Amino acid sequence: MSNAIEIKNLSLSYGKIKILENINFSIPEGDFVSIVGPNGAGKTTLMKILLGVIKYNIGEVKIFGKDVADVDPSLIGYVPQIKTMDRSFPALAIELVTSGITRRWPWFVTGKEKQKSLEALTLVKAENLANRTLSELSGGELQRVCLARSIVRNPKLVVLDEPATGIDAIGEADLYNLLEAYQGKSRATILMITHDWYVANHHSDSVLLLNRKQVSFGPPAEALSENNLRTAFGHIGHLHLLKGVK
Amino acid sequence: MFEILTLPFMQRALIAGIFVGFLSSYYGVFIVQRGLGFLGSGLAHAAFGGVALSVLLDQEPLWIAVPFTIIVALGITYVKDKTSLGGDTTIGIFFAVSMALGIIFIFLKRQYSSDAFNYLFGSILSVTLADIIVPGILILVTIIFAPFWKRWAYSTFDRELAEADRIPVRLDDYLLSVLIAVTIVVSIKVVGIVLIAAFLVIPPATSRLINKSFSKMTFTSLVIGVLTALVGLWISYYLDVPSGATIILIQASLFFIVMIIKSIVH
Repeated sequence: MSNAIEIKNLSLSYGKIKILENINFSIPEGDFVSIVGPNGAGKTTLMKILLGVIKYNIGEVKIFGKDVADVDPSLIGYVPQIKTMDRSFPALAIELVTSGITRRWPWFVTGKEKQKSLEALTLVKAENLANRTLSELSGGELQRVCLARSIVRNPKLVVLDEPATGIDAIGEADLYNLLEAYQGKSRATILMITHDWYVANHHSDSVLLLNRKQVSFGPPAEALSENNLRTAFGHIGHLHLLKGVK
Repeated sequence: MFEILTLPFMQRALIAGIFVGFLSSYYGVFIVQRGLGFLGSGLAHAAFGGVALSVLLDQEPLWIAVPFTIIVALGITYVKDKTSLGGDTTIGIFFAVSMALGIIFIFLKRQYSSDAFNYLFGSILSVTLADIIVPGILILVTIIFAPFWKRWAYSTFDRELAEADRIPVRLDDYLLSVLIAVTIVVSIKVVGIVLIAAFLVIPPATSRLINKSFSKMTFTSLVIGVLTALVGLWISYYLDVPSGATIILIQASLFFIVMIIKSIVH
C-alpha cells in the first residue's frame, strides 16, 4: 500500500526558536491517525505544513508521493477549528459546503453544486441545515456542516483540527461515527489533531505524540505509553482510563 | 424638479455620485465584514495629507492624493503583515503621521486654500472632469477584477480555509488595500474626508441587516450606495447644504429605518 503522507527529517524554526525538530513518519493510505501533544507542541504548525500554508525550513514532506507545494488541494479536505470561524459572516450552510467544491466563495450556488452539497450534507445527517445561516447553527451543527464541506470534494485525505472543540459529548460521538462511516465508504486517510488521549486511543490506527520533537509514532497502545506521555506532557493525567495502554 | 439635470456641474456631480456610490459600497462590504471600519477613516486622513501636498505644490489634488494614499495603504498592510501589532494601532500611526504632514503642508502654503476645504467636507460645485474619469477607470478595473470577489469573500470568511485552498491571501490583502485607497481618494470630492469612512460602512451595514448571504449583501449594498448618493446630491442641491453630510444623513436614516423595521418584524 502506498503512503498518503511521508515526512522525512522535517524541521522548522523561526529565528532561533525551534518549532518542529526532526519529524519522521509515514501514514499509509486509508489509515486513521491522531496527532496528540500539549499546547504549543507544534501540532497545528505541522498540520499547516501539510496543508501547504506554512513553508518548512528543512526536510521533505510528501503527500500522495508529491511535494506538498505541488499537491492538488482538491485531494485534501480540511476541517478547521470552529471556534476560530467567523459566524457573523452572512452565509447559508449550503454556501459553505459549496465553497468546498469551488475552492472560492460562491456568488450563487448552481443546480449541480447544490445537488452535490446536499448529498454531502445528507451523508453527515445535516441536510435539514442547508438553508440555515451560520449564526443559526449550534457548535455541533456547524461542525457537521464543516465536515460535509471537507468531504464534498471526495478528498483522499481529510485533515481535522481539534474537531471536538466547542461541541457537546453527544455531538462529539456523532462526529466520530460520521467520520468513521465516511472513511469506511471512501477509504480516505484521516489525520486528526486532538487533545483527547481517549479519542486518539479509541479511533486511531496510529498516533503521533508530539512536543516540538517526535516523542513517538505507532499503534496507540505503544505511542501513548506511560513513558511517552510523561515525556510529552510531563505527567500521565488519567492514563488509567485508556484501555490497552501500559 | 429635473432642471438640475441640465446644469453641467450637476451632471458631473451626479455621474461622480453614481460612480463613487458604486465603488464605496462594493469595497465597503469587505471593510465591514473584515472589521476594518477604522481603515476607511485612516486612509481618508491619509488622503488629506496628499491633498495638502498638492495644494502646497499647486497641482491637481487627485494626481498627488492617489499615489500618496496608495503608499500609506501599502505601508499599513506591510506593517500589519510584518509585525504583531493590531490593525487599529498600525492604522492609528499612519493616520496621525498623514494628518500631521497635511497640517504642515497647509501651514507652509501660508495662504487660504478653498481646495483643501472642498476635500474636507465635499463639494458638488468643485467636481471636475477628472473627478469622473478617475472613478470611471476604477470601475472598469473593478469590473475586470470581478472574479476576485470570490477569492476576497472566501478569505474574508476564513483566511485559513482560503490559504489551504492556495488562495494568495497576502497578495489579495495588498490588492484590496490599494483599491480601497483609490476608492477613498476618488470619493472625497463628493463626500469629503471627514465623512468618507461612514460612506464606506453604512450601505454595507444596512445591507447586512437584511441579507443572509454575502453575495446578496454585496448586491444590495451597491443598490443602496448608488441610490443614496443620487438622492443625497439631489437634496443637497435644493437645500444648498454640503453634499457629503446630506448623503451620510440619508444613509444613516435608511440604516435606522431598516433596523427598526427588522426588530419589529422579528
